Amino acid sequence: MTHPSEEQLIAYRYGDVSETQERAAIDRHLASCDACRTSYEALQRVLAAVEAAPVPERDASYGSRVWQRISPQLDQRARFDWRAWLVPRRWVAVGAMAALVFAAFLAGRFWPRPTQQESARPIPVEVRERILLVAVGDHLDRAQMVLVELVNAEGQAKGGVNISAEQQRAQDLVEANRLYRQTATRTGDSTLVNVLDELERVLVEIAHSPAQLSSAQLNEIQQRIEARGILFKVRVIGSQVREREKSAGQIAPRGRS
Amino acid sequence: MDGSDAERVAQALAGDRDAFRVLVERHSRSIFRLAYRMTGNEHDAEEVVQETFLKAYRRLSRFESRSNFGTWLYRIGVNCSLDLMRKRRPDSERRDSDAPEGSEAVRELPSPDPAPDRLLLSAELGRQVAKALGALSPTERAAFLLRHFEGQSIEEIGQALGLRASATKNSVFRAVQKLRLALEPFVQVKPNVAASRAPSPNQ
Repeated sequence: MTHPSEEQLIAYRYGDVSETQERAAIDRHLASCDACRTSYEALQRVLAAVEAAPVPERDASYGSRVWQRISPQLDQRARFDWRAWLVPRRWVAVGAMAALVFAAFLAGRFWPRPTQQESARPIPVEVRERILLVAVGDHLDRAQMVLVELVNAEGQAKGGVNISAEQQRAQDLVEANRLYRQTATRTGDSTLVNVLDELERVLVEIAHSPAQLSSAQLNEIQQRIEARGILFKVRVIGSQVREREKSAGQIAPRGRS
Repeated sequence: MDGSDAERVAQALAGDRDAFRVLVERHSRSIFRLAYRMTGNEHDAEEVVQETFLKAYRRLSRFESRSNFGTWLYRIGVNCSLDLMRKRRPDSERRDSDAPEGSEAVRELPSPDPAPDRLLLSAELGRQVAKALGALSPTERAAFLLRHFEGQSIEEIGQALGLRASATKNSVFRAVQKLRLALEPFVQVKPNVAASRAPSPNQ
């Protein structure tokens, strides 16, 4: 194919390239064209920098303070509208908070808030690297399990299937995935970045699907997972990460977790 | 904090204020992050958070089961942010089309103040990101934040912002293009020590 335009690359980044063939063509082009790959990697770095821009933290009691401020104004009771409840409901997973807590936990592992002792003696690079590899390896394992369960859900699909459990796990994994992708981008590990990037799009897609899927909808999701070959890519990169983890383990003792 | 969002919504609609309290406690921090990224300052973000939950409470019966509660709340949060930004800067949307970079109307966001150990960017790059986000029009910023951070589809964003699909797509594209123009010079690859030590995945 000819060089993709900037607009096409941005659409590709967000999974907005509708045709599977077009996506595959861009995949192939990026694999063979240094200039376009460099351009795409620069785009990823820009977006990673935007993601990493700090936002002031609010502590765990922030929600309670918001409630105290607004509750006196909730004088009018929310009215029940039966019609809204007669349609089939999508009982969504409560993934957002869990993902945030998980991401915060991981952030603590990646960029641990130093104690006084640690401030004086930084964690060695080798140990930090191994902590990262262990965490990424675990993350890829969890993502793989979600994908495998969805791909194998076909046998139970008569009359539809409920994927709310997988959705919740996918939602949890999205936040963590973003964190790992930022880190991999910073360390210049483009192979890992590309797989995490693609994995994130699939996870977001799963998290935003209806919880109750018809056989046809399930089939469609399965085909999209398989068309991208994401499961294979996650397995390959996962085993590579495990290998690197082993090598790193030989260099340094396991750090704190 | 047990119970799904949908269950809590049902309880709140039945008159259980405590159920709505749980939803407020559960989602306040994520709405704050969204509002901060939209407005660029903490005071406005706090105001948006409160307004978002007040509106959500009044509109609770309109909560549509096909979307999840967090997504629905985000839409309200984005629109509350846009309202506030337009109130603060009535001319802000004029820059939607093609205002030159660095025009006078471009507001530099306050520089963030993170704890050093959480700082993922150099201070300079952090300032540049804030400046680049501040240079986007409110609509571009909203479309970009929903697409990038929330993974919402073009269709969902269009519904939230009242835009057609082509206009939504264009807003996301323009936002990313502007961010790239502004930030690319600051994000050249500088492999760090860890990267140079790590074996290649192909080895």
